[in-house]
Amino acid sequence: MAQIIGQSTRQFFIGSLEKPHMTEVLVEADRIERQYWRDLWRFRELFFFLVWRDLLVRYKQTVVGVSWSLIRPFLTMVVLTVVFGKLGKMPADGLPYPLLVFCGMLPWQFFSTAITESGNSLVSNANMISKVYFPRLVITVSSVMTSFVDFLISAIFLVALMMWYRFIPPIQVLCLPFLVMLAVGASLGVGLWIAALMVEYRDFRFIVPFIVQFGLYLSPVGFQSSVVPPRFRLLYSLNPMVGIIDGFRWSLLGGRAPIYRQGLVISVIEVASLIVSGIWYFRRTERTFADVI
Amino acid sequence: MSETTEFAISIENVGKRYSIGRQRSSDDGMRHAIESALRAPRSWLRARHQQNTKKVDFWALRNVSAQIKHGEIVGIIGRNGAGKSTLLKVLSRITVPTEGRMRINGRIASLLEVGTGFHPELTGRENVFLNGAILGMSRAEIVRKFDEIVEFSEIEEFLDTPVKRYSSGMYVRLAFSVAAHLDPEILIVDEVLAVGDSSFQKKCLAKIASYAQAGRTVLFVSHNPDAVRTLCQRGIWLKNGHLYRDGKADEIIEDYFNDIAIEKCQSLSNTEHGLSIQKVLLRNERGQECSRFFPGDDLVVEVHYDAQKRIENPIFALGVAGKNGPCFTSNMLLDGHRPRFLEGTGTLTCTFKSVPLLPQDYSVKLGVKAENVIDTIVAYQEVAYFTVAGDLAEYGYKGAFETHARHSTAVVVPYEWRLPDGSTVAVSLNRQAPVLSGWER
Repeated sequence: MAQIIGQSTRQFFIGSLEKPHMTEVLVEADRIERQYWRDLWRFRELFFFLVWRDLLVRYKQTVVGVSWSLIRPFLTMVVLTVVFGKLGKMPADGLPYPLLVFCGMLPWQFFSTAITESGNSLVSNANMISKVYFPRLVITVSSVMTSFVDFLISAIFLVALMMWYRFIPPIQVLCLPFLVMLAVGASLGVGLWIAALMVEYRDFRFIVPFIVQFGLYLSPVGFQSSVVPPRFRLLYSLNPMVGIIDGFRWSLLGGRAPIYRQGLVISVIEVASLIVSGIWYFRRTERTFADVI
Repeated sequence: MSETTEFAISIENVGKRYSIGRQRSSDDGMRHAIESALRAPRSWLRARHQQNTKKVDFWALRNVSAQIKHGEIVGIIGRNGAGKSTLLKVLSRITVPTEGRMRINGRIASLLEVGTGFHPELTGRENVFLNGAILGMSRAEIVRKFDEIVEFSEIEEFLDTPVKRYSSGMYVRLAFSVAAHLDPEILIVDEVLAVGDSSFQKKCLAKIASYAQAGRTVLFVSHNPDAVRTLCQRGIWLKNGHLYRDGKADEIIEDYFNDIAIEKCQSLSNTEHGLSIQKVLLRNERGQECSRFFPGDDLVVEVHYDAQKRIENPIFALGVAGKNGPCFTSNMLLDGHRPRFLEGTGTLTCTFKSVPLLPQDYSVKLGVKAENVIDTIVAYQEVAYFTVAGDLAEYGYKGAFETHARHSTAVVVPYEWRLPDGSTVAVSLNRQAPVLSGWER
């Protein structure tokens, strides 16, 4: 439980240009760590290097390369459209069903890959953790960011899809950045928890695929939440992704029904508490990562 | 900060406790487990977790205090499990101490391993950037030093090949090159990183020595006391997690060898005849205790004994053996010389002159008999170990010798070829050139 207090960090940024011995690090058992956030800033470049590495590595030795991040959501969209739209005959409110599905899939796929990747991030970088010092938060946050890049690529596909259907998004589209941030926040909050828990309890290696698998059907990805009976709507909204996915659909497609405000508020509260508690738990367990992993 | 900047590193009462998991005692069987899990799942889970991880506390490091000044080169030695690696991890902030505190002044870099974070799928070029960033270099810094790094690694032509296609030698070369271009004020190195072929090892150690010459603070953890003696002025000896000795490297190393020798010989006593071998020391021609020799060096074997009962006409046998069996021996049974008697404590020394051994690991064996005793007093067995170091290329050896021929023999006596054209070539294993500046004696 050691900590680092007081240090003039300028030396770290400017390197050897300044005269040496400016930096002092004090590591002490049982103290609050003020140094941590400065270190995080100091290692900001590593953060981008890790994102860059994950992106580079992902499609090495594949034939179609980056196209996979388009093919995957496209095929899922086709399947969900057929299952829910054609076979299940879910209401589409006059919108093209593929568009409806894709607007739900965009945040959901981001969330599911982000929690899977970030959940495994610490364990799969165990070697780095046991041999080099840097704030471990860098690893987990960077893996969320890697998934975010995929999200952006999929978003291009959505634009193409909208053009295909000659669909012009309503004015609410201006709220989209906020909803994207919310989705990033949800992924980060859950990701931090899972990553930190995974270090000690590898059970999460089995739990996460379940969350991802069931979540696809429990969240309004293939259908709209308006099909949920009104008396269960609030209960249904306890899933933080419900508010986010509804919000995405509302801002991108409009639709007749106004946004379900309670659901969105619940999501915002949940995301905020997930991030705060996630960082807290991560920081609390971080100091023993190297010993436990 | 003012009064502390004198020290690069200041450690105060640092301790690190680990909890070691223990095996679960007994299982009541599957049926019972399922039953209790169904009845009270929560408490069952908790109990199971506790059982699974029944912990025993273990202090890997305790009450370690030391002050290291700027520009000091400190060697940390100790046996396996003495706490060297833990100290290293605590100092490099990979893990946090359970108690105590430490203060670090200056840009610190630690190398516990080369190539941390190397990704096999990425090319050499990409890995240089990644690894540099992991070690704490900024992008601008890496860009600036990139050419230098590549040149040092000598693998320029494979820079755009994925690292997974590299030979292990190339991999280590590239990895070390990145590490070698870190520019810290305080460097913490684990000697295990000096891996690879012997010429590369030399390069690594030379680099570490150059840090020292540049006035940097270096903490050098080593399993090899000889390396500590040549590189460091100061030695810290860890024993069972405690700081056992701290002082001049020469003295510490001397005592450390002594300690090892005594421990190795603990079982070498014969109560019936009242003889115990206290320790067997190896020294070089200058009388320094040593476990690392070069081909052509003298090897002095010093046997310290304690004879509680008088033993008439004892017979000593010493032998040196390599991986492929015995190399040479000094056996009183063969040469006929022997002391008249042994009584009390004393020393017997044998000097093997200009030992013509190839660079490899060797062991020294000792056995004791007596003229009028039928069975052996001390059974012939290994009592000490040493390494012959050096690069064969420096003795004029070339080609595939390193890998194949080396294992066919250990002893090379001086010889001379007379070739069909009438010319002669003389080969001997005596050391002419210094092996490494800062590393040779």
